[in-house]
Amino acid sequence: MARRYLGLAAVIAAAASAATLAVADEVERKGIAAPPGHVFKTIISGYEFRSKETRALQDDDLENPGFLAVERAADGWKKVEGSEGKSCMSCHGDAETSMKGVGAAMPKWDEKLKRPVNLEQRINICRSEQMKAEPWKFKSRELTDMTTFVRYQSHGMPVAVKTDGPMSSWFERGKQIYYTRYGQLDLACESCHERNNGKFMRADFLSQGQTNGFPTYRLRDQRLVPLHERFEGCMFDVRAEPFKPLSDEFLALELYVAWRGIGLPVETPSVRN
Amino acid sequence: MRRSLAAAFALCLSVGGALAQESVKEPIKLDIVNDSLPKSLTGAPGDAAAGKKVFLTRTLGNCLACHQVTSLKSEEFHGEFGPSLDGVAGRYSEAQLRLIVADPKRIFTNTVMPAFFRNEGLSRVRPEFVGKSILTAAQVEDVIAFLKTLN
Repeated sequence: MARRYLGLAAVIAAAASAATLAVADEVERKGIAAPPGHVFKTIISGYEFRSKETRALQDDDLENPGFLAVERAADGWKKVEGSEGKSCMSCHGDAETSMKGVGAAMPKWDEKLKRPVNLEQRINICRSEQMKAEPWKFKSRELTDMTTFVRYQSHGMPVAVKTDGPMSSWFERGKQIYYTRYGQLDLACESCHERNNGKFMRADFLSQGQTNGFPTYRLRDQRLVPLHERFEGCMFDVRAEPFKPLSDEFLALELYVAWRGIGLPVETPSVRN
Repeated sequence: MRRSLAAAFALCLSVGGALAQESVKEPIKLDIVNDSLPKSLTGAPGDAAAGKKVFLTRTLGNCLACHQVTSLKSEEFHGEFGPSLDGVAGRYSEAQLRLIVADPKRIFTNTVMPAFFRNEGLSRVRPEFVGKSILTAAQVEDVIAFLKTLN
């Protein structure tokens, strides 16, 4: 319902401005007011930086290719795997109720492991410990599908990560990584996504680098891309040696960047370039 | 010490040619005078036509990714990160342009513009680029020659 409304709003906005590429950056991008002490005044989803065609694709549940993953993982949710003879459903019941809000609050502190854990890791912990099944590999279709499915249960809910208490040192580490220049091109996340967001860079508008739509269906890849793969891609493109997916560095960065988008509605599965 | 290193570098260049330059790991030293680099990095003037190619090529200068140039209007997707380069030859001397391309942070401390002729002091550089600058000395000179045509 909310999604339909957003789609309609996008169409109206596009029609009203008779948007062409040349004037697209003049169009006001809708965002949410940031809390006091935040780095942005207005927090803006990557959705607002995309063309009206891409937005329309995201807004249509039947056309959005990301929903194929949601459907596949809805079946996977019920599938018994591992020596304990359990499925996700055996413990969690209906994902629509039990998983509501879970994906909006990730990464989250794990009291047992004494560290933050993201959605991919949480799913694999469940598989290893509860189901006694093999954990899925990062970037595997199964893991990305299930991550998408679980996060979709928070669709429209505000991103709400906790960054205080034991999370604060991870938050600081993520912040430090965000502002560090890497690679032969000597660029930090900040160089593009803070200082230059909204500007045109070769063939694309630079967004704020928000994570509320991940895993996101990337049109250029023709598949869903998990967040840490996107982090890797950014580092690779500035000719840096990327950190490993699910490493402490990327976990810390995931936490920090989630905070930069605090309050944005979860859009998973979003559609991006 | 510095002189002997430079001599070794020069010898390496003359013996091995371009191939040797690719694998050179010695830090590049820039001869900065008054926020500029008066001397050609190769000792010879660059070629503007070759420089235009370096300017446009995405794996080389890729300058258009961030800058606009009216005379290159037929090319797609001029960027908005950096200032327009129209008339840049009138705003900066050749020596200033050379330093801005080679290592712009020496002048504009916090710019996002990469240093195109620097090969050290960078973090987590991908192995295939370690010890290498984005452009060679000759490519920088060619870009300078092209920029000088932007009056």
